[in-house]
Amino acid sequence: MERTLADLQPNEAGRIRCIAGTDGLSQRLAELGFTLGQTVRVVRFAPLGDPMQIHIRGFNIALRRTEARRIVLDPL
Amino acid sequence: MAAAAASSARPSSAVPASVSPVSERRHVVAVIGNPNTGKTTLFNALTGLTQHTGNYPGVTVESAVGEFTVEGTHFLAVDLPGTYSLAPRAPDEMIAVKVLLGLGEGVQAPDVVLCVLDATNLDRNLYLLTQVLEIGRPVVVALTMSDLAHKLGIIIDIAELEKRLGVSVVPVQANKRIGLPALRQALNKAARAPHHFRSLIGFPTAFTHEVDTLAQSFPQTNGHSPLPRFLIERLLIDAGGSIEAELTQQWGAGIRAQTEAARARLAEAGVPVPQVEVDSRYHWITQLVETTIRQPLTTAQTWTDRIDQVVTHKVWGLAVFLVTMAITFQTIFSWAVPVMDGIDALFKAVGTRVGDLLSEGPLRSLVVDGLIGGVGAVIVFVPQIAILFGLIALLEDSGYMARAAFLMDRVMASFGLSGRSFIPLLSSFACAVPGIMSTRSIDNRRDRIATILIAPLMSCSARLPVYVLLISAFIPARTVWGIVGLQGLTLFAMYLIGLTLAPPIAFVLKRTILHGEPVPFLLELPPFKVPAWRVVLFRMYDRSWAFLRRAGTIILATTVLVWALSYYPNQNRVTEEFQARRATASAEERAHLDSEEAGARLRESFLGQAGRLIEPIVQPLGWDWKIGMATLASFPAREVIIAALGTIYNLGSDQKEGSVELRGAMQAERWPDGRPVYTPVVALSLMVFFALCCQCGATLATIKRETGSWGYAVFTFTYMTGLAYLGALAVYQIGSRLV
Repeated sequence: MERTLADLQPNEAGRIRCIAGTDGLSQRLAELGFTLGQTVRVVRFAPLGDPMQIHIRGFNIALRRTEARRIVLDPL
Repeated sequence: MAAAAASSARPSSAVPASVSPVSERRHVVAVIGNPNTGKTTLFNALTGLTQHTGNYPGVTVESAVGEFTVEGTHFLAVDLPGTYSLAPRAPDEMIAVKVLLGLGEGVQAPDVVLCVLDATNLDRNLYLLTQVLEIGRPVVVALTMSDLAHKLGIIIDIAELEKRLGVSVVPVQANKRIGLPALRQALNKAARAPHHFRSLIGFPTAFTHEVDTLAQSFPQTNGHSPLPRFLIERLLIDAGGSIEAELTQQWGAGIRAQTEAARARLAEAGVPVPQVEVDSRYHWITQLVETTIRQPLTTAQTWTDRIDQVVTHKVWGLAVFLVTMAITFQTIFSWAVPVMDGIDALFKAVGTRVGDLLSEGPLRSLVVDGLIGGVGAVIVFVPQIAILFGLIALLEDSGYMARAAFLMDRVMASFGLSGRSFIPLLSSFACAVPGIMSTRSIDNRRDRIATILIAPLMSCSARLPVYVLLISAFIPARTVWGIVGLQGLTLFAMYLIGLTLAPPIAFVLKRTILHGEPVPFLLELPPFKVPAWRVVLFRMYDRSWAFLRRAGTIILATTVLVWALSYYPNQNRVTEEFQARRATASAEERAHLDSEEAGARLRESFLGQAGRLIEPIVQPLGWDWKIGMATLASFPAREVIIAALGTIYNLGSDQKEGSVELRGAMQAERWPDGRPVYTPVVALSLMVFFALCCQCGATLATIKRETGSWGYAVFTFTYMTGLAYLGALAVYQIGSRLV
């Protein structure tokens, strides 16, 4: 089973191996800086369980789990 | 993007500005940047109160437009929507690309592009800049948040950055007016510079080769491709994007086949799109940042982290959220009321004074009831709009708004919207007009339209008087289940109706008329900061003025139209009849004659005739023609029904929802066979109709303004009227069989 960004616990980090898919969503994520080899960290989940706050390249962004599932990780 | 227009736009855009006399020519500045860069604050600081909502020359989408002058040269600045990249996947993103390239009939390419970069977040912001540079227009960079960057220990070598980028880089602090003169100078200088296509990024040869080949496949004019290279690159990179769709439509399906073949070859060569673009750009950016920016290695816990621990906490976060929302709602719902009552009273007093100066007749009625009443009906919305936008500006500028959307997204996502729709919908419980205006913060257009279309279902404050009148007159003041008052329960039910119907309607809309490629929910959580009062005040002024200018005229026109329909055609006969009766009446009778005359006039008017005409339609709802007519009269503004009922029952229009007289008159109203007209079931049917119907000219005018088309206004009116009719029909038909 591949480990994705959606599988991380708060304060866990990983390195991006690839982004699944070639559609608009994967392009948008890449443009934001979710590039190969980049380190990403889960900061927290929203109180209702979704979305999740991600720290990448020095900024914070909220993604839904369905989107985070696209981001396949290698362990740090 | 016709080929002819594209090629004809090129020569003109290639002419340096110095060819035409500079003093007479107006330079166009397009302002672009990521969301949350302080772009709008900078735009406001540059253009001040000259700013208004207008159209970019040749483009029919509204954007903020403003002016400024540098050393006698006149500039027109246009604020483009915030974006992370120039890879268009939706019509409104396509607009930005067309504007920058000057594509399309009458679209003037900007003389200079002002690209706004957030100094605390340069990696991601530079991505957009590398694309903007390739458009080939002169570019100036404004570096915002440089004070915050300094505090975070980020040091930027601006001279080196300018050298590497080949453009001016000006640090600014817009809310403190720092750096603005230097920025204006830089824009003025750049606008006169010759411009050329410029790419700093080294794309793999396989990629540039495929772009060359693809460019050749379009019919050549004078040995050149008819399209800018930037478009060909985007065609190749953005699979399923807007440019692929438009070019295929224009040049035939062969283009798509060739593009797909080229993408397949690139994938085989190990440089698949869109990855090749992103990797090449970020590779270049990483190298640039290494030599121009020093960032502290360890990031200490910031104030933002500490605040976030509270405001996004499972318990405290929700508590802060509820308190914030309660204050917001309370402010627009109750605190605006004294001001609104004041405006109401003022316009009534002015109407009476002016009325005394004019003689009895159509002119007096038009001026007092039509014009002065109409202007009052417009201005009465301003307190709520100003207060709501002041609060929203505070929430947005401080950074809390993004956290509110983060907290509420799960709830809103369950019916196809996002957390950004929450505040507009909550505000609509006070009034749909500011609620709809506040949907501008929803970046996804289809979500925004869906939110606009369901916002009028939220039970607004203008419905409350209608509920109060009918509940106090016809719902027994009984207690049910031991503790709950039946009247209060009914009121609660009325608020619940719209709230329960809105989610499934949004759900259906997102799957039918608003269907499209799912757009990712990407919500940046910017650092918290102290809001700038300039930003807050400007927002209050700007939104109120925008409402007055654009929606105001439509509301005034509707008010005058309804006045005419309720005054003509039979006023002469009524006037004569009552003159005769006044001559013979006793003093006591005379006191009541004015109200009786107004009632007679209304019953004889076009509106009265229409009421009788629609009686067969409203009878299944349990209504008589007078209720039907009062409902018709309240289509421009639902609260009008109370004055309309007052007039119809000869009590005069000066009635309030608490009026004992009006309540008595309604309870005494009988059908010809002696049955009472109003029963609790009829009252419920009428209330349900008002809960669901979009009887509000101001809302419809605002929908038209915000969506740019009458289509959505007509749709909202139609679906809500249909829903209201069916709802009232069900209540009466089922209720009258049960009771």
